[in-house]
Amino acid sequence: VNELIFFIDQSRCIGCQACVQACEECDTHRGRSMIHLEVMPRQDSVQTAPQVCMHCEDPICAQVCPADAIKKGPDGVVHSSLKPRCIGCSNCVMSCPFGVPKYYAEIDQMMKCDMCYDRTSVGKKPMCATVCPSQALAFTTLEEMQKTRSGKPVNSWRFGAQEVRTKVYVWVPDHVEQFAVDLVQLQGLPESQKDRYDVADLLEA
Amino acid sequence: LAKLPVSIADLVHRFGPHMATEPAGGWSTVGEPDRLVKTHCCFCGQQCGIQLKVKDNRVVGFEPWEDFPFNQGKLCPKGVKRYMQGENPDRLRSPLKRVDEIGFVPTTWNDALDHTASEIRRIQQQYGNDAFAMLSGASLTNEKAYLMGKFARVAVRSANIDYNGRLCMVSAAAASKKIFGVDRSANPWSDILKAKVILAAGANVAECSPITTHYIWEARERGAKLIILDPRMTPIARTADLYIPVRSGGDIGIFNGMLHIMIERGWIDREFLAQHTTGWEQVEAAVKKYTPEYSAKIAGVPAEMIVRAAEMWGPADTSFLMHARGIEHHSKGVDNCMAAIQLVLATGRIGREGCGYAMITGQGNGQGGREQGQKADQLPGARDVENPEHRKYIASVWGVEEPSIPHKGLSNYEIIHAIHAGKIKGLLTICCNPMVSLPDNKYVREALEKLEFYVAVDFFLSESCRYADLVLAGSLMEEDEGTTTNVEGRVILHHKAIEPPKDAMVDWKIITGLAERLGAGDKFKYDSPKQIFDELRVASKGSHADYYGITWERIEKEYGVFWPCPAPEHPGTPRLYEGGRFFHPDGKAHFHVVEWRPAAEEPDAEYPIILTTGRVVSHFLSGNQTRRIAGLMSQESEPFCELHPRLAEKLGVGAGDFVKVESRRGAITVKARIVKTIRPDTVFVPYHWPLERAANNCTIGALDPISKIPEYKICAVRVQRAERPTDAMSQLSPAAGGVA
Repeated sequence: VNELIFFIDQSRCIGCQACVQACEECDTHRGRSMIHLEVMPRQDSVQTAPQVCMHCEDPICAQVCPADAIKKGPDGVVHSSLKPRCIGCSNCVMSCPFGVPKYYAEIDQMMKCDMCYDRTSVGKKPMCATVCPSQALAFTTLEEMQKTRSGKPVNSWRFGAQEVRTKVYVWVPDHVEQFAVDLVQLQGLPESQKDRYDVADLLEA
Repeated sequence: LAKLPVSIADLVHRFGPHMATEPAGGWSTVGEPDRLVKTHCCFCGQQCGIQLKVKDNRVVGFEPWEDFPFNQGKLCPKGVKRYMQGENPDRLRSPLKRVDEIGFVPTTWNDALDHTASEIRRIQQQYGNDAFAMLSGASLTNEKAYLMGKFARVAVRSANIDYNGRLCMVSAAAASKKIFGVDRSANPWSDILKAKVILAAGANVAECSPITTHYIWEARERGAKLIILDPRMTPIARTADLYIPVRSGGDIGIFNGMLHIMIERGWIDREFLAQHTTGWEQVEAAVKKYTPEYSAKIAGVPAEMIVRAAEMWGPADTSFLMHARGIEHHSKGVDNCMAAIQLVLATGRIGREGCGYAMITGQGNGQGGREQGQKADQLPGARDVENPEHRKYIASVWGVEEPSIPHKGLSNYEIIHAIHAGKIKGLLTICCNPMVSLPDNKYVREALEKLEFYVAVDFFLSESCRYADLVLAGSLMEEDEGTTTNVEGRVILHHKAIEPPKDAMVDWKIITGLAERLGAGDKFKYDSPKQIFDELRVASKGSHADYYGITWERIEKEYGVFWPCPAPEHPGTPRLYEGGRFFHPDGKAHFHVVEWRPAAEEPDAEYPIILTTGRVVSHFLSGNQTRRIAGLMSQESEPFCELHPRLAEKLGVGAGDFVKVESRRGAITVKARIVKTIRPDTVFVPYHWPLERAANNCTIGALDPISKIPEYKICAVRVQRAERPTDAMSQLSPAAGGVA
């Protein structure tokens, strides 16, 4: 009950990038931000979505690593590649369904979000979830989330035929059971439909 | 002669803006700092708590400060990266004097201060005391703001001191004073959480006061409805229960229209009005004509949006109104704010838990900076410089004769007018950068060029400092200590983290050094900012903005103290107006009839598009600090022009094109950003950049008749597709005003 869990509530994100700026302040990877802020096509919306490592129960990055360089700890945290083992092949970068690992040519190594292991292992909160002004990123107990927010946590994903469960939860409306990522329509709505994010359409209501 | 000594390119080469790209010692430096200093962010009015990591007298990083109740560790990107500013190579490390054809060269403090004092006296003897003016700032601590007001009146003895809160908070302040008799946000932020409906007008909360986002989201989790008024769908508006894309300057249509409907439907607390207010009958009569249809025409939105807003706001049990520059930066800014506040007053939902209103202060000390006597019309304790009793009391605190205190002076932009007209010949600036922040930039430059003597206190050579005869290297917030007053009216303490560079000086010592040379040294004998604060407490005693009971020790122990706090045993006042007691002598709140009127410059056939200006999340005000921090520049490196795809199509502008935005006063060429999130009749340009990228080249110097705030939020422009600029200015770095 008292376990601290990482939650992402995309609907709260305001795109300020405090998480991106704060991430690179962590001592284990200073100067390199491990978090991604996904930006929808800005023409269409101001929506943004922060993406930390989801810490898969059976990490795909580790599965595809030919050098066995990516390890998951007993606490479920999936770590950056081990420097002596990483061969810089970028299999992990290619295979992660969330697009998290990054290959850094200057150090010839893959690095990724490790949920601020240096902080969380000594009882602190991850940097991004501490500073996040909207608490789109929250590091707290499930009980606290249920007490203070409507909706529920989901950590089950389906990418085509592949099912993934993650340590990190996404906070969603009550009707959502699982995220299914199939074919997505990238741009535009049918001509006749009003776009609720188009100010011109709103003015013609 | 306040002309550029060498070319802008040469000045930029020497003094930047260059960028701090790494922390002190480089990214690879990790490990334990010597100490963690609990203090506050130097930027906006949220004044978030933060811990600065200090090693070898350098700020090397930060650590969230989760115990500070307002932000509980949260920070925006500016707060995260603010620690890097001191490491910037542009940091001024000694006083500089202008040398024609050479630029700025180091000088000694003695020479700099002696010369400044003798020029002040020369100008005053030749042209009169008021021919020397001072422009100060609302990012100064309370102690420095107090000192500047006293310095102007006691040492310089000029009426002409004003501050850059004149560009920021004055419309809100004037409206609040007219209605409530005092000028402060009415509630602590914790009241937002208890509100059932929140109305945010002209407030880009997500970018300009990011920490407030969490309060709004938490309120919504508890069932609050959110209404947003903004010509742009900002991030806070995206999921709002009701987003009203109001036409810039049309806000009174929404407010009076809502009030009209609330009267019709009986959502007015008439018992409260009878007991605690005056002037309601006239307002009720005046809003009769503001039918949804009439109001919709003014606001430029469908009438049903106004009806829905009234239906959400009117019958709610609790409510919170917040407004910011979007409704304040108008030549009717005070009226806009009054019309908004009267929606609160008419429902009687004020002065109790979950019920109230707030103006979201923009600058670091936006609240305190306007109370300590650096405004042209005020003495310490937000006292009136024309009130004989107030003058007498302050004269007794200062130990001067009452008649020696100058009367009301010119406001910020009026000082620029007077310089342009040749009436003011000398200027001291501290904590402001008019060459970026004031409207109609060409006019401001012409004015600065006419000065006989200009001295600037700054820690970087800002765009304005380039025109100075002397630049006095002052202090960063982390290099001094003192209090500020946050958006809630909570007085907090900034701790000194590091010493300023050896030949720079803390601001207050520069000012006391000048006072001494002006023959007023005996009135400026302070050993520390704390002593200044103790005098400020006495000066504010008995005023509405009473700090007398606030001590630095209490601030530390209590995580800040809310004014008014008249005695050491008084708990402070987080929530104003409890029990319906207001600050006017009759104890009541005063309604005012507000009628809509057009902006100073509405679009026409020649200039058919509305330009509105504002901020982005990664920059602060004139950008003098944030354009020097690489991480923040990586978020937005140069300004842009937001325009709707329909307007873009009409103008033949495509994604990635440059556009020329041109008003009757000037033009800028910036990249187009085509977005559906803005009204098709409006374009938006952020104002943090200088020169040919300065949005304020286009803006208009029209002022509100009461608050004297400039009309930054609406002027008429034409927009056309342009080629990538190739002139000399465009070749500068984006931080300096070039294009990438």
